[in-house]
Amino acid sequence: MSMHPVVIIGAGPVGLTLAIDLAQRGQNVVLLNKGKLTASGSKAICFSKRSLEIFDRLGCGQRMVDKGVSWNVGKVFLKDKPLYAFDLLPEPGHSRPAFINLQQYYVEQYLAERAAELPNLDIRWLNKVTAITQTDDATILTVETPEGIETLQAQYVVACDGSRSTVRQLMGLETTGRVFQDRFLIADVKMTAEFPIERWFWFDPPFHPNQSVLLHSQPDNVWRIDFQLGWNADPEEEKKPEKIIPRVKALLAYGVNSGKNSGSKEKDSLPDFTLEWASVYTFACQRMASFRHGRVLFAGDSAHGVSPFGARGANSGIQDAENLAWKLDAVLRNQAPDALLNSYASEREYAADENIRNSTRATDFITPKSDISRVFRDAVLDLAKDYPFARTLVNSGRLSVPATLHGSVLNMPDSDTFEGRMVPGSVALDAPVQLADGSSSWLLSQLGVGFTLMVYGGDVLGVALPCDVLHILAKKNATAFPASKVLIDSDGLIAKRYDMQSGTAYLLRPDQHVCARWRQVAPAKLQAALNLALTKN
Amino acid sequence: MSLITTPNFSAADDFYEALINAHQDLTIDESQAFNARLVLLLANHIGALPVLKQALDAAKKS
Repeated sequence: MSMHPVVIIGAGPVGLTLAIDLAQRGQNVVLLNKGKLTASGSKAICFSKRSLEIFDRLGCGQRMVDKGVSWNVGKVFLKDKPLYAFDLLPEPGHSRPAFINLQQYYVEQYLAERAAELPNLDIRWLNKVTAITQTDDATILTVETPEGIETLQAQYVVACDGSRSTVRQLMGLETTGRVFQDRFLIADVKMTAEFPIERWFWFDPPFHPNQSVLLHSQPDNVWRIDFQLGWNADPEEEKKPEKIIPRVKALLAYGVNSGKNSGSKEKDSLPDFTLEWASVYTFACQRMASFRHGRVLFAGDSAHGVSPFGARGANSGIQDAENLAWKLDAVLRNQAPDALLNSYASEREYAADENIRNSTRATDFITPKSDISRVFRDAVLDLAKDYPFARTLVNSGRLSVPATLHGSVLNMPDSDTFEGRMVPGSVALDAPVQLADGSSSWLLSQLGVGFTLMVYGGDVLGVALPCDVLHILAKKNATAFPASKVLIDSDGLIAKRYDMQSGTAYLLRPDQHVCARWRQVAPAKLQAALNLALTKN
Repeated sequence: MSLITTPNFSAADDFYEALINAHQDLTIDESQAFNARLVLLLANHIGALPVLKQALDAAKKS
């Protein structure tokens, strides 16, 4: 039986991202999916700036952005009054918006089409894993295929098979956490409505009293409406169109007649709408104790789950995939020991805890879990009408930003002093750049597929370095080009965001995280940081 | 900075009277909501998390 380097289970956004990343790095990948392409329903709809940057690297970011609805602004209402607004991308100089809204089936379709272009990526639809065993050297999978039962042997298996992970169950592993006693109705509604492209969240609106409602735009004139129903709602009843349609009509009547036309006495007619998809759901904030079990790794919803209010489910899973891809590649090429994969687990468990913490806090605010919790929540909302301080406590979901991997074993602790956000463990911030030929581009799109040393100024270290080198030149110094690759910091934003001075150097991992930085770099320091980031001693 | 637990009121009896008066004629539920608003206002005034945590601990122990 031939040995596959890596078999991925589950062709959702996480499995596809991982498979494409690995295949682009030259690995032969088998991707199994128990169903056909594209689940029904929109499911995840908010894809973050970081996810788009990852999709850019995979060659399908632009397609997502072209199809998606870009947004940066969210508004929170209490009853019929606006409480506050937030802008998730308050500064210019990033190639991607804070979020696009795009139905998950489009994301999966675009990823699957990109995957189909890669000859070393073998996607097998209608392949269901029914057994899994591990030896010291391999993982053996029994798979039900349309052609019959098949056995596969792999060096590594990655389970990206969702919140009800088959692999997790077959291995007898648990995911634990808190289940929230509340029910929500998702209605995806197709209509031509003139709501702005913003995230609108109501506490206790007149059209759906005592509960919360979220309204969000998707491509193709589809609107996501999320109605809080309470724990006692009957999920089967609430799924029926005759229950859903009056709820949507109530929102539309409110939006059309009291929103933009508040001065008008005439009532506008309601837009026609059709119901695209509806689902009644409950949710839990939970994770597996460890994302690594020998040669089997867990990524995305199989490993961790959150409530939907921070857009932290699919986005964090996509970041799991990008964290794992380069590490698996390095281990399979014997460029790093197997122990590097332990850092996948520790880094992404840390990120999952951050996501769960944020998600739990939002959920406790939206669905207070005790009488006194409700008293404080209502007190915050009361005060928020008059006092700006209270608006900082209003939590309708703190939206996904990538975790800064503080304290990761792969980080070289700072020995020099720096200002700003780009601490070891943070994701590289984008900035506009000019290339040596005069054309405009973006910093992140110029980073290498492996490790990249980003040096401010043109001085070459004089020896061959074991990674890509990118020289960042201030606009006024952009005349003398060193031999290696040069970017001109056209708006001065790299210098600002990275606190760069002449000689400052940042070492970026293949997943564009900072792992070390110096005011002056030397080959020995660089080598030590590279060894640390690959867990080589 | 740490939580001040030594006498710090400019007029202790006046404050206490004002606090009790503020609750007069409120139902238990209204009083609870009032107290919650009061806690939030005072907490923001203090601001520093370590001090607020000391206050939470001190309140728990009494």
